[in-house]
Amino acid sequence: MIPAAFDYVRPSTVDEALSALSEAGEDAKVLAGGQSLLPVLRMRLAYPSTLIDVSRLDELRGVRDDGDAIVIGAMTTHDEVLHDPLVARHAPLIAQAAATVGDRQVRHLGTFGGSLSHADPAGDLPTIALTLDATLNVQGPSGSRSVAASDFFVDYLTTTLAPDELLTSVRIPKLDGWGTHYEKFNLVAQSWAIVGVAAMVRRSNGSIVEARVGLTNMGTTPLRARGVEQALAGASVSADAVRAAAEHVAEGTHAPSDLSGQADYREHLAAVLTRRAVLAAAG
Amino acid sequence: MTATTERPTEAAEIGRARNRKEDAHLITGRTTWTDNLTLPGLLHLAILRSPMAHARITNVDVSEAAKRPGVIAAFSGQDFKDEQGTIPCAWPVTEDMVNPGHPSIAVDQVNHVGEAVAAVVARSKAEAQDALEAIDVDYEPLDPVLDMEAALADGATLVHSHIDSNKSFTWTFESGAAGTGAPIGDALRDAEITVHRRFRQQRLIPAFMEPRSTVVQPVGDGVTMWSATQVPHILRTMVALSLSIPEHKVRVIAPDVGGGFGGKLQVTPEEFLTTLVARRVGKPVKYTESRSESLLSAHHGRDQIQDITLTMTRDGTFTGLDVHLFADMGAYLRLVTPGVPILGAFMYNAIYKIPAYRLVCDGVFTTKTPTDAYRGAGRPEATFAIERIIDEAAAELGLDPMELRRKNWIKHDEFPFTTVCGLTYDSGNYEAATDRALELIGWDALHAEQAERRERKDPVQLGLGISTYTEMCGLAPSRILGALLYAAGGWEHASIRMLATGKVEVVTGSSAHGQGHETAWSQIVADQLGVPFDDVEVIHGDTQSSPKGMDTYGSRSLSVGGTAVVLAAGKVIEKARRVAAHMLEASEEDIEFADGTFSVRGAPGTGKTIQEVAFNVFAAHDLPEGMEASLDADATFDPDTFSFPHGTHLCAVDVDTETGRATIRKYVGVDDVGQVINPLIVEGQVHGGVAQGIAQALYEEAVYDADGNLTTGTLVDYLVPSAMDLPTFVTDRTVSPSTTNPLGVKGVGEAGTIASTPAVVNAIIDALRPLGVSEVPMPCTPERVWRAIQEGGAR
Amino acid sequence: MTQVGVTVDGVAYRDDVEPRMLLVHYLRERLGKVGTVVGCDTGNCGACTVLLDGRSVKSCSMLAVQADGREVTTIEGLAGPDGSLHPVQQAFHENHALQCGFCTPGMIMAACDLLRENPDPSDAEVREGIEGNLCRCTGYQNIVRAVRAAAERGAPTVSPGTSASPATTTAGAS
Repeated sequence: MIPAAFDYVRPSTVDEALSALSEAGEDAKVLAGGQSLLPVLRMRLAYPSTLIDVSRLDELRGVRDDGDAIVIGAMTTHDEVLHDPLVARHAPLIAQAAATVGDRQVRHLGTFGGSLSHADPAGDLPTIALTLDATLNVQGPSGSRSVAASDFFVDYLTTTLAPDELLTSVRIPKLDGWGTHYEKFNLVAQSWAIVGVAAMVRRSNGSIVEARVGLTNMGTTPLRARGVEQALAGASVSADAVRAAAEHVAEGTHAPSDLSGQADYREHLAAVLTRRAVLAAAG
Repeated sequence: MTATTERPTEAAEIGRARNRKEDAHLITGRTTWTDNLTLPGLLHLAILRSPMAHARITNVDVSEAAKRPGVIAAFSGQDFKDEQGTIPCAWPVTEDMVNPGHPSIAVDQVNHVGEAVAAVVARSKAEAQDALEAIDVDYEPLDPVLDMEAALADGATLVHSHIDSNKSFTWTFESGAAGTGAPIGDALRDAEITVHRRFRQQRLIPAFMEPRSTVVQPVGDGVTMWSATQVPHILRTMVALSLSIPEHKVRVIAPDVGGGFGGKLQVTPEEFLTTLVARRVGKPVKYTESRSESLLSAHHGRDQIQDITLTMTRDGTFTGLDVHLFADMGAYLRLVTPGVPILGAFMYNAIYKIPAYRLVCDGVFTTKTPTDAYRGAGRPEATFAIERIIDEAAAELGLDPMELRRKNWIKHDEFPFTTVCGLTYDSGNYEAATDRALELIGWDALHAEQAERRERKDPVQLGLGISTYTEMCGLAPSRILGALLYAAGGWEHASIRMLATGKVEVVTGSSAHGQGHETAWSQIVADQLGVPFDDVEVIHGDTQSSPKGMDTYGSRSLSVGGTAVVLAAGKVIEKARRVAAHMLEASEEDIEFADGTFSVRGAPGTGKTIQEVAFNVFAAHDLPEGMEASLDADATFDPDTFSFPHGTHLCAVDVDTETGRATIRKYVGVDDVGQVINPLIVEGQVHGGVAQGIAQALYEEAVYDADGNLTTGTLVDYLVPSAMDLPTFVTDRTVSPSTTNPLGVKGVGEAGTIASTPAVVNAIIDALRPLGVSEVPMPCTPERVWRAIQEGGAR
Repeated sequence: MTQVGVTVDGVAYRDDVEPRMLLVHYLRERLGKVGTVVGCDTGNCGACTVLLDGRSVKSCSMLAVQADGREVTTIEGLAGPDGSLHPVQQAFHENHALQCGFCTPGMIMAACDLLRENPDPSDAEVREGIEGNLCRCTGYQNIVRAVRAAAERGAPTVSPGTSASPATTTAGAS
């Protein structure tokens, strides 16, 4: 199918992009890699008046070292992220998850910032950003602001981004010394996660000092499994202890029931995957 | 000009793993898919489809759409109601079958989501699609009809208000009444052991990779139609019959066709609607569906409920088989919709000696997309049911499921064997195929591992599944088709033309869409005529150049169409022999033909090649008295009966009991498809078939919601497996030549699909039986497996 | 209308297009590059895969205007100027890695991209590398075999603007 007609703007600086967004109004849509947007347009599930193509904003591309953090430009593609040496060294969890996004073709065009802005609760990278306590840098007509990932995702496909704002980069604290793992469970290789679990574990000898657990597709936004995190703090790195902690995973979640799984199955699966992800991260 | 004297340098072509002739243009993108075609003045059709499963249409307003930029015309069903005829159903399976008729575009009622309700023809596809949004349709909703058993109940909402039931037909076979076996009533009454199960064959979507596309060009009183179809010849006849265009004014071309699997064995509403619009506007018109339109409106497959009862003696000897089928027709009857379950009806007894058999099939209308042939068409369903219930019977008897099969199957020295259905199986050796499969998979070692993992309660359990299948190929003997009330025959036609330079043109009525006929037919002709493989050109897929044929489906092409080629070649040789005798000044009886050369018996080295003979006939200076100046020959082959390939497929599955995920660890298929023309092609057919059968077992299902919407309407939700989702297959063959055709071939197109589904599901159940699981509905998704384990443990 | 300048299979084009025109439709309908096909509307099937500046993309999930200033290689630009096949094409032929052939252009382009990054993939890596391309005919086994055979032969990277080195034989000749 063919998208409905729209106007097209391709700014070459962030300032131009912000002006274009202001001018185009609420019916405009930012086109990043387009890997979620194009199918939506082709199916005529959306009718934007204007597409603002930010793919040529080179200032939004690439990964840089920023002292105690790395900063990933919003327009860095998944493929670039998963091959980036800074990511590999300081946030391998991102690379592990990015490698599971779509397929090679999708990863060549799809972007890190695009995935976060799209905020699909079945998407992998929003969960990763949330679990890593990332900070999202946003620019708008009145300047820039920073938003914690925990505040960024507000509802299904909804973020705190205003229509005239642009996500420009994502700051990821370096978490050297943590073990991490992303456990994704889907029906076929290409499909979205029924449930995904991101785990981060800092351990000392045989016990867990601190853990973080993020959940994909267990609500309308990515979620943190705070109950599991609390139960893991100070727990021993044993299958039984981790299993017991993982039983808290459904607390505070609102798992959907849809074609790929009913809520009770998702809750069960989340517990199994949490145990596996935490043990792998602690390994 | 001289005739070539090039001789084949290799040994026999038949049996040789030739790389395909077809590949050259496909791997370089020099293809002729229908959607590639453009013609001067070509217009583009877009179709507005019903969002309602069941509703009266009270008004369709296309006036605004007609004013949109680029639009030539916009139509509703009212515009064609007097001339659109009906989509044909060629298989009224019973004398009293009810066929409600099937408009190409709905006039006053829609009966499934996706049915065409309006159409726009415009200068560009984008403009046509834009204009659809300006069409207003008023619907008066009716209740959807989704469940087959509810649809048959008294007081059920009627899909078609002008007929008084949702039942299209009840078809019955009973071996006592048919005189082919014992009465089923006796078997049921006298049974020492009775095992009953209900299986569901979920609704599937063929999902050929090339979306359907049609271009229709009005030509004088007639039309030329290009279409992505498996059946250009049937399509031509049906366009003529249904749209009242004289058949000789209809030319149908199937150019490159991107897969079919039964899904393009159809005469479609889209083909008719494109024809109607093209004739109305007097311009060539193209319609190419989107994938989401394809999933919604191209016919679906399977969708049956199977109630099956197997009776046995206490020692596990089968005594009877009783089957009641509910077959979902969907909203309408398409080309062979009612015939699909009937094709399976003769296969439930499979490879087993069962003295009494009954099958009753109810064809039921629902407000869903019509069903029709999908790879295997009836036979995968039958094979699944018998292979699954045998495992259940073995469990009840405490017997090894392979031993129960061995106990009841037809032994290799009992062929030909006439079954309880009255069909005579030509040849086979179930013992040999099974033994080879067991050896290849390492059955005993896997059993030992299974026992060990059960013992230590490994959360990932190993399951071992068996499918010892047979099927009937070579659709089909016309006489049998006639007895089953099919409207047409099952013969196939071939022509061979010897050109002046000794090159050969083979015209076949069996038009391929991925099966490699050009290569296989060339191999056959190269061997028959003793000419080089590359000197043979195979012509197909255009009713002008290949006017006679019955097309490609039902694993028929080689055994029926390939045989026609052999027969035509034989006629060419006999004509050439006469000419050669004249050239060699010998009598015809003394002429031998071998390796492309005619020679006088006892005088080797003095012969004339077939190319020399061909040139001599072309020149026609000195032909035998009364001989026409042509070696060309036609042949039509109509087999007396089917052929019956068989095989044993074994599957080892790891089932993660925590998540429910079943992962195929090892898959072995040993097939006996008779003689093989090209082992490369045969292996490829098995691979692809197995993949589709595994997809039914694990991944695919067309799901409707309570309002009758197809919720698996894109490839995001209809889960066609990728390379990541399928295992490596180990394949091998045994060879029991067919006795029903001179090539000794049986057919392989559907074998893998028929074999694999029960092997996989049996393996999953085998893994979980100690956990109290005896059934997981297909597709066996992780969630369904997990739920079965929960329920099993609760028992 | 928006102007787009794009090099396709070594030839530079400049056209006015509607912004909504998909890259695959531009290739097929404007340039006549019908070797690249459309198999779905959700980006799942991969039949439309082409190389964009040497990397695989799905040309149905991209606007023509997004390709402005870039280089596209399609299945039609893969063989050498003399018609000699790219090793991946040759391997698909020799290993019976296609039946109907509809997915084949996209599958071959995806395989070329995989081999660019991983010149010696295992079976599992090939399967993962072509996960974005659906085939309904082959069950993938011979495709996997073909990609590995091409790798053994040392399939060259398809760089934008240059022709791939030729294979030794042509399809149909074996």
